[in-house]
Amino acid sequence: MKMNGARMVCEALIAEGVKTVFGYPGGAIMNVYDEIYKQDGFEHILNRHEQASVHAADGYARATGEVGVAMVTSGPGFTNAVTGLATAYMDSIPMVVVSGQVPLSLIGTDGFQEIDAVGISRPCTKHNYLVRELSDLPRIMKEAFHIARTGRPGPVLVDIPKDITAEIGDFVYPNSVNIPSYKPTTKGNNRQIDKAVSAILKSKKPLLYIGGGVVLSNASDLVRKLADMGGIPAVETLMARGVMGHSNPLLHGMLGMHGNYSSNMAMSETDLVISLGARFDDRVTGKLSEFAKYADVIHVDIDAANIGKLVAVDYPIVGDVYGVLEKMISGLEGKIKPDRYANWREVLERYNTLHPQSYRDSDEVIKPQWAIERVGELLGEQAIITSDVGQHQMWTAQHYPFDRPRQWINSGGLGTMGFGFPAALGAKRGCPEKTVINFTGDGSILMNMQELITASEYKIPVINIILNNRFLGMVRQWQSFFYDERYAETDLSYQPNFKALAEACGGIGYDVTSKEEFDAALEDAIEKDRVAFINVAINRFENVLPMVPAGGALYNMLLDDQQEEK
Amino acid sequence: MSDKTRRVVSVLVENESSVLSRVSGLFAGRGYNIETLTVAPVPDTNRSRITIVTKGSQRVLEQITKQLHKLIPIHKVVEHEEMVEKEMVLAKFPITESLADIQALCDAYNGEIVNVGSDMIIGMAADEPIRIKHFIEASSRYNPIEIVRGGVVAIER
Ligand SMILES: Cc1ncc(C[n+]2csc(CCOP(=O)(O)OP(=O)(O)O)c2C)c(N)n1
Repeated sequence: MKMNGARMVCEALIAEGVKTVFGYPGGAIMNVYDEIYKQDGFEHILNRHEQASVHAADGYARATGEVGVAMVTSGPGFTNAVTGLATAYMDSIPMVVVSGQVPLSLIGTDGFQEIDAVGISRPCTKHNYLVRELSDLPRIMKEAFHIARTGRPGPVLVDIPKDITAEIGDFVYPNSVNIPSYKPTTKGNNRQIDKAVSAILKSKKPLLYIGGGVVLSNASDLVRKLADMGGIPAVETLMARGVMGHSNPLLHGMLGMHGNYSSNMAMSETDLVISLGARFDDRVTGKLSEFAKYADVIHVDIDAANIGKLVAVDYPIVGDVYGVLEKMISGLEGKIKPDRYANWREVLERYNTLHPQSYRDSDEVIKPQWAIERVGELLGEQAIITSDVGQHQMWTAQHYPFDRPRQWINSGGLGTMGFGFPAALGAKRGCPEKTVINFTGDGSILMNMQELITASEYKIPVINIILNNRFLGMVRQWQSFFYDERYAETDLSYQPNFKALAEACGGIGYDVTSKEEFDAALEDAIEKDRVAFINVAINRFENVLPMVPAGGALYNMLLDDQQEEK
Repeated sequence: MSDKTRRVVSVLVENESSVLSRVSGLFAGRGYNIETLTVAPVPDTNRSRITIVTKGSQRVLEQITKQLHKLIPIHKVVEHEEMVEKEMVLAKFPITESLADIQALCDAYNGEIVNVGSDMIIGMAADEPIRIKHFIEASSRYNPIEIVRGGVVAIER
């Protein structure tokens, strides 16, 4: 069929089953918007900032497991999108971003709104394309989706000059992809898997170290099964919360800088780390030379470059966690019993009893941890929880009772403030039957607050719970601990009226200072079914604990007991 | 810390405009060292060969190979220690230097005099990288005006 390049983009999106595109128009992408106007194969959501469009596509992808799609114009539209690309890249989120570019004839001339999008995004995309011939466009769109969702997933940028979207040509959407130089290893070497199975059978103190890769490969059920078969204790990274389920007795919670004491002690004493889709991030390992010092390491990862990058690995297995686990489980079947590591589990239980994950509640002021646990009690498994970046993010990861993968959505790798609200919009669009809560801070929420309008216009009723400490809290915490309480540029006492702000944009706002008000506001917000800001006054100097100071060994934690009251 | 090893990495890539920037950008962005880099099309294909001489610890060298593999337009990464390596160099000398001496020097390093003008002599050599280094040292006696090295090309043994 003959059509212009712009229409081809739309047809490709429809052929890929895309239901929602998040974006923002402008000169170089106008041809495509003209075709979006004429079609009804997918909806377009006009965010009020390109960064938000990309985060929304990202949130959509994380919540649904499908490829998220965003669309932006050239120049500033694209540069606004870069933070979103980098955020998705660091967390391996499948996404396709289409950007407009100046016409081919103007490329390289410093034309109006020209920027080298492919050059800028190279280090923060899995792959990117500048379309130079209309005849390449269908193939490139097909490849972009394929690359985004296969292997280690990631964002792919397709940059399309304006004359290409105007040009008319034949459209045949390919039904298969042939990229000879791209064949991700997914199976996992059988011999290596057998060796890993023997290592598990030999181990006295094995530990499952579960990362975000398990979520991406939809392997949570298999991880739970493996854990149950042998009664193997488990720890989760920030990105893996929900994989084991909070009430699973084998789970010791999160590990790392703000991990549970028992999780970090487990990592320090284990004799066999079974790493599944985790990448030994510095926020997880602390001081590398002390990390899992007594352990052999099984490392299952779809990205060979993750294996041996930071930690020496004894049993490297390159492959998709799902397929590898199937084989591991069948290798262990009949050879392992749930009471096998009972002694080891007891040791860890004792650590947990010694320093459980806890906080000191108060009758005078709302503690952030209380608010998070309260939402957990009321909504539990029913809600999707997103967050911004800071203390509130860590408290949420520590205290929300996550029960399933894809329930917890946050920017782990890049740590992008401003991610939570637009990601919540995307998640809600992808999973409309869920209640979507964004736990945020009074700093972070302002970084994409324009999305109040988007949420109102499209009736995407996400609830932002602002845990308001009138500080850039996480930075303030470091200043308290490591900079002699010199609070350089972290005091946010000068505040907007959050309630009025929400209401000015057609949302609903609440100022909350007591537990009763909190419950009432949450209930009302859910019932009103509108975008909401619940502004919760919390105690200003609450710290995220326990904590491993940056670069310290995991077993040297600052524990809650040592915290002085402010 | 750990000892650095020299390594020749030969990369077979799809012949497309951005591929060199992907490779060099990867090295720059991840802090890997590039000593020399050459690139040219592979005859009768739509592929190119990029030959990179780098230095790094074992862990870094392993990462270089793996990270290169992840780039979509890269077909193959060869980093054997068993490679035949050659490098080329051009050197420009003042005409006042002895033509015969320079001729002899070039001969000794698989080269020749490639140009003699009114005020200068240009010689070339093509040899193993270490011998190219020796050639450059030896030529310093003849007051070279300019020396241009070509970078290493390599082929598996
Ligand atoms: C875009 C961006 N800028 C700066 C930072 C550095 N940073 C990390 S946490 C933080 C404070 C966040 O404050 P707030 O949103 O109020 O959350 P709190 O820590 O108080 O819960 C800052 C500034 C960041 N992560 N992202």
